[in-house]
Amino acid sequence: MRQHSFADVPPVADAFSAQVADTAARVVANDWVNAEYKLIVLDAPGLAATAEAGQFFNIECPVVGEDKPFFRRPMSTYAADSVSGRVAFLYKVAGAGTRGLAALEAGETTRILGPLGVGFTLPEDIGSIVVLGRGVGLATLAPLAEMARERGVAVTAIVSARGPEQVLSVERFRNAGAQVEIVLDSDGTSDIANVEAILRRLHAEGRADGFYTCGSNRLMLLMQNLAAELGIYGEVAMEQQMACGLGMCFCCVRNFNVEGEIVSKRVCWDGPVFPLAEATSW
Amino acid sequence: MVDLAVDMGRGLVLANPVMPASGTFAEGLAKVVDLNGIGALVTKTITAELRGGNPVPRVSEVANGMLNSIGIPSKGIDHFLDETLPFYRQFSSPLIVSISAPTVDDFARAAERLNVEGVAGIEANISCPNIEEDGKAFAMRPGTTEQAVSAMRKVTELPLWAKLTPNTGDIAAVARAAEAAGADGLVVGNTILAMSVDIETMRPTLGNVMGGLSGPAVKPIMLRMTYQCARAVDIPVIGCGGIASANDAVEYLLAGARAVQVGTATFIKPGTMDEVIAGIAAYCRRKGFNRVVEMIGALNAEMMAPDVMEAAQ
Repeated sequence: MRQHSFADVPPVADAFSAQVADTAARVVANDWVNAEYKLIVLDAPGLAATAEAGQFFNIECPVVGEDKPFFRRPMSTYAADSVSGRVAFLYKVAGAGTRGLAALEAGETTRILGPLGVGFTLPEDIGSIVVLGRGVGLATLAPLAEMARERGVAVTAIVSARGPEQVLSVERFRNAGAQVEIVLDSDGTSDIANVEAILRRLHAEGRADGFYTCGSNRLMLLMQNLAAELGIYGEVAMEQQMACGLGMCFCCVRNFNVEGEIVSKRVCWDGPVFPLAEATSW
Repeated sequence: MVDLAVDMGRGLVLANPVMPASGTFAEGLAKVVDLNGIGALVTKTITAELRGGNPVPRVSEVANGMLNSIGIPSKGIDHFLDETLPFYRQFSSPLIVSISAPTVDDFARAAERLNVEGVAGIEANISCPNIEEDGKAFAMRPGTTEQAVSAMRKVTELPLWAKLTPNTGDIAAVARAAEAAGADGLVVGNTILAMSVDIETMRPTLGNVMGGLSGPAVKPIMLRMTYQCARAVDIPVIGCGGIASANDAVEYLLAGARAVQVGTATFIKPGTMDEVIAGIAAYCRRKGFNRVVEMIGALNAEMMAPDVMEAAQ
């Protein structure tokens, strides 16, 4: 799923068939994974559980006390399993929406709209990739590691965090067969020069045919520059404030550099995954 | 079986009175909802020229509503005719194209270009700034409304709706001016000029400082204006503002709207229009209306009998 061209859309059949579902999803679990992040697992059989790596959902967040979120909140898919019909989201409890989401208990339901947007691609000629993420960006990248394993592509995950207690998703990456390198602000290893040295070493070792990143402007720019210098394929998953998630409201635009021309694109519809070379900021 | 069809005049009959509000609908909804079931499809506003739109943030949420300053980004009318129109031709629902322009002549030129197969009507978004009138929206005053609608009327035989702005002191006068100039219908209306402030950053929440308020917060105001316009003119009025349920839509129909537009609610629940259509039919059955037109304007405004009023004195 890469293109949204309607040029060759066939006539709509008599029986309507949705490509995106607005699903009433039952909460299976909603637990803290550290002091800031929770993991919510939902029963959402049908279309929702067919989400691909990098796709996202627009999630209804309940009204709790003073928090009255009006819009749904976009969240990248942490896991989707069409066999079990379950989808999961890793989220930082930060504002009115996520505080409401955090209050959901097992057995309650919420509505999730998805799968939405364009996910990650792995070009045929790629044998190894590096994923580089920070914070909730790691949640977006985790399903990519599993997609790579299914395709026989080797993965190195560079996990960036403030300190050891903020490290996310390491087990998830290891379970997907990824080599994991943890870099921290607390010991200076997340310093941009050190991350650059790691990326150059991985490239020299033949472990970096593709670069994938999410969660940090600093890291994105580093990967973008290195990818251009070394001729490496790259993609970035972006965030932007959204309302509809379906390309209708034009709230979530960002500027992209498409062959030297600055072009405005909708993150929800044209992305959220974009060519790394086109990003102008995360 | 309730007959939900409504005649909008000039040969345009809708299978039901529910359609999206311009700016809250695009091709993406076809991934979730069967567009053949919607009364009409209303495009996002297009302009003749390329427009980039406003700076981000373009949206913020307020109590029971949405504040936005999107700024009418548009790829231009050529792009619309070549790339977008073929997509909408797949569907049986009539397509209403929303247009905007900075001058009266530009409105006429844009309207003229829509005389093509697949366009069932024009909604003139005359709520945008008029550069000939120092940035005041056309629909803020009867005179400029009359000029814009008249210019379009001269160049098209298509059903022509004028989308009015609530940011005016006398919307009934504007409605009468649009009718006199040849409008076939009025959409009441666009968003209400508003703003909000983030007290932590001490900045406006929108990149453009001010924006348009929509959603449930505006419904009582827009319902009042719909009622005023429906009493002022003989052409159909299309109610728009904060409709998120069938009950909301029923209020507008009782107040005199012949059709309704669902906007912000679709962002939160894409299936809202389907629910509104089904709910209007259920209301008609419950109230014994065989046809939805029987309930249009059926509001009983006599709240208290005269003898009760006298007794209270």
